[in-house]
Amino acid sequence: MTPEPGVRLRHRHLLGIEPLDAGEIGLILDTAESFLEISTRPIKKVPTLRGRTIVNLFMEPSTRTRSSFEIAEKRLSADSLNFSVSGSSVSKGESLLDTARNLEAMAPDMIVVRHSAAGAPHMLARACRSIIVNAGDGAHEHPTQALLDAFTMRQKKGKLAGLKVAIVGDLLHSRVVRSNIFLLGKVGAEVHVSGPPTLIPPGLDRLGVKVVTRMETALEGADVIMMLRVQRERMVRGAFPSVREYFNLYGLTEERVRLARKDVIVMHPGPINRGVEIAAEVADGPTSVILDQVTNGVAVRMAVLYLLSGGAGSELAS
Amino acid sequence: MNWLLKGGRVVDPAARLDAVRDVLVRDGKIVRVGESIPADNSRVLDLKGKVVAPGFIDMHVHLREPGREDEETMESGGAAAAAGGFTSIAVMPNTDPWNDSQSVTEYIVSQARSRCPVNVYPIGCVSKQGKGEELAEIGDMVKSGIVAISDDGHPVASAHLMRMALEYTRIFGIPVIDHCEERSLSCGGVMHEGFHSTLLGLKGAPAASEEILVARDLILAEMTGGRIHIAHLSTRRSLEKVREAKARGIAVTCEVTPHHFSLTDAAVAESHYDTNTKMNPPLREESDRQAMLQGLADGTVDAIASDHAPHNRIEKEMEFDQAPFGILGLETSVSLALDRLFHAGLLDLTRLVGLYTTSPARILGLERGTLAAGVPADITVLDLEKSVSVDQGGFRSKSRNAPYQGWKLRGAPVLTMVGGRIAFDGRS
Repeated sequence: MTPEPGVRLRHRHLLGIEPLDAGEIGLILDTAESFLEISTRPIKKVPTLRGRTIVNLFMEPSTRTRSSFEIAEKRLSADSLNFSVSGSSVSKGESLLDTARNLEAMAPDMIVVRHSAAGAPHMLARACRSIIVNAGDGAHEHPTQALLDAFTMRQKKGKLAGLKVAIVGDLLHSRVVRSNIFLLGKVGAEVHVSGPPTLIPPGLDRLGVKVVTRMETALEGADVIMMLRVQRERMVRGAFPSVREYFNLYGLTEERVRLARKDVIVMHPGPINRGVEIAAEVADGPTSVILDQVTNGVAVRMAVLYLLSGGAGSELAS
Repeated sequence: MNWLLKGGRVVDPAARLDAVRDVLVRDGKIVRVGESIPADNSRVLDLKGKVVAPGFIDMHVHLREPGREDEETMESGGAAAAAGGFTSIAVMPNTDPWNDSQSVTEYIVSQARSRCPVNVYPIGCVSKQGKGEELAEIGDMVKSGIVAISDDGHPVASAHLMRMALEYTRIFGIPVIDHCEERSLSCGGVMHEGFHSTLLGLKGAPAASEEILVARDLILAEMTGGRIHIAHLSTRRSLEKVREAKARGIAVTCEVTPHHFSLTDAAVAESHYDTNTKMNPPLREESDRQAMLQGLADGTVDAIASDHAPHNRIEKEMEFDQAPFGILGLETSVSLALDRLFHAGLLDLTRLVGLYTTSPARILGLERGTLAAGVPADITVLDLEKSVSVDQGGFRSKSRNAPYQGWKLRGAPVLTMVGGRIAFDGRS
């Protein structure tokens, strides 16, 4: 696919999906198509971001997102520096702003930030000259995850508009669900969400999604099922009585998958809790595209880094 | 110094007066309010075109002294109050140490007397160290000058302790001021729970966490005959409960802050997580804000109080989750009220002045809030048309945490007189 002529990212940073329009989302996805091929080459490296410095500032534990960004940066030939919270000055009491200011004194071009506090990337964007990429902020947004999810849906279904996407699980603590709701709404997909009422934040329906408490209702006729991780580490006590009961009510089993369309795909942002939100047979079964999501994540992040660094979709480095 | 305040529009709700008059001040006291008073040996202040009102009282201020003088002191907080049009402030006890004993109360009173340009009325703790366990030595503190008790910053979590406080304070006739928040329900919320907290992914504190404690306090006030004052009331249902309780004759009063009548939780989103929009109780929804305006207009709300909460820059320059609650208010309160309430046509001047004078004086039992002959000459002069562009860089406060930077407001205090002495003169 080729991007529409003249479409560029209007934003200097990627702080979330909410500020993007459908044209920008399309541009990122189309650009990622071109980058996907690079990952299949024997030498998986292009000189696109040679000489650029990217700092991966991960203030919250994360393996897959950090690795995905790191691989994306390396494949684009950027110089990257990993800064994580353990053993850093943060554990000695330095504030986020001071950490960022110090990093910035080393003149990076971009800072990829993951933080447990919603809004932390916005704060950095106000204080720093570097381009900020949000790699997940608290329960707010995880824009590259939503982009890779959309990329995977488009790859498997050939379109986004008109798809029925069911998102099930811990909606309250999920940054993935917010970014996906914003994105899918902008590209014309229909979103149904479900979870225990104790894990549904207020006003979600005002974001244009259908909210139901019975999981089965959300799954009926779905083209895509996206399961969310139960974030027990963030959870207020008492949101549900036990993991066993949760799985009985909201776990994705093969039987429940059959409520959706025959060609349904099952997604999960990972890491998965087998037997909590998803049965092992489903996670590993034919409908699962969970590992494709991981592969696509690299291409999408390459596209984001490339476009934010000033590249336009039509002039990809080969 | 003797003064003749000449030709101003004198608005004194206690005297039901709204007319052009002269005010004569001698030896720190009001001598007379009348038409064409001769100057004699007094210095004349020409206040034609201005409003002359009793000195404004802010009944909810955090002065931070003792303990956090980096954030505010008697001098800086007093200067901020005077510049904001206030001649008296009641200061909350959550200092370091808490004001839970006679010695701390006496320290505050003595320091204020020598160092603060406005009158300072200490509020003592309900419980020792504000821990919510045992009553503080309220009687001793009353002797030393407290005018109310509160564990503000924290709610009085135990219904039993609140009952004891309401019963015990009947000896002294002072109110119990409660920060109403059921913390097992708000559990860690950093903004109002609603659409915007969902959008922003921030933990929300539901309106019900305030309303449950308001309801409890009203029940206990009725049961005990004690006086309850609801601090910084912020939700529509809290207000309805107070309105009903007043109609039934329960001894309840309440205050509303300027931020709760001028901002909503949308400000957190619009400001992209600016921690100057983080306060407790949090900014609520538009329906709540409208209810505050209605309550101010119909008399349900007794006072406008700023909940002036200075925080130093380092503490507010944090992730939203981690930053402390609270914003400044002394220097913007009156302009916000004039702009958003008076000029918006919601309140007449008598009602607005009453919210800052007669009512807080009555609640706290102060012999102030009027221009009657013989009372201390505490006077606030307003210029209803002065246009203000809020510049927190110019604040007298030691802190800068306010969400109003650059706001254009109509109306401002221009002169503050405390006991016959000019504490602030901003006429230009």
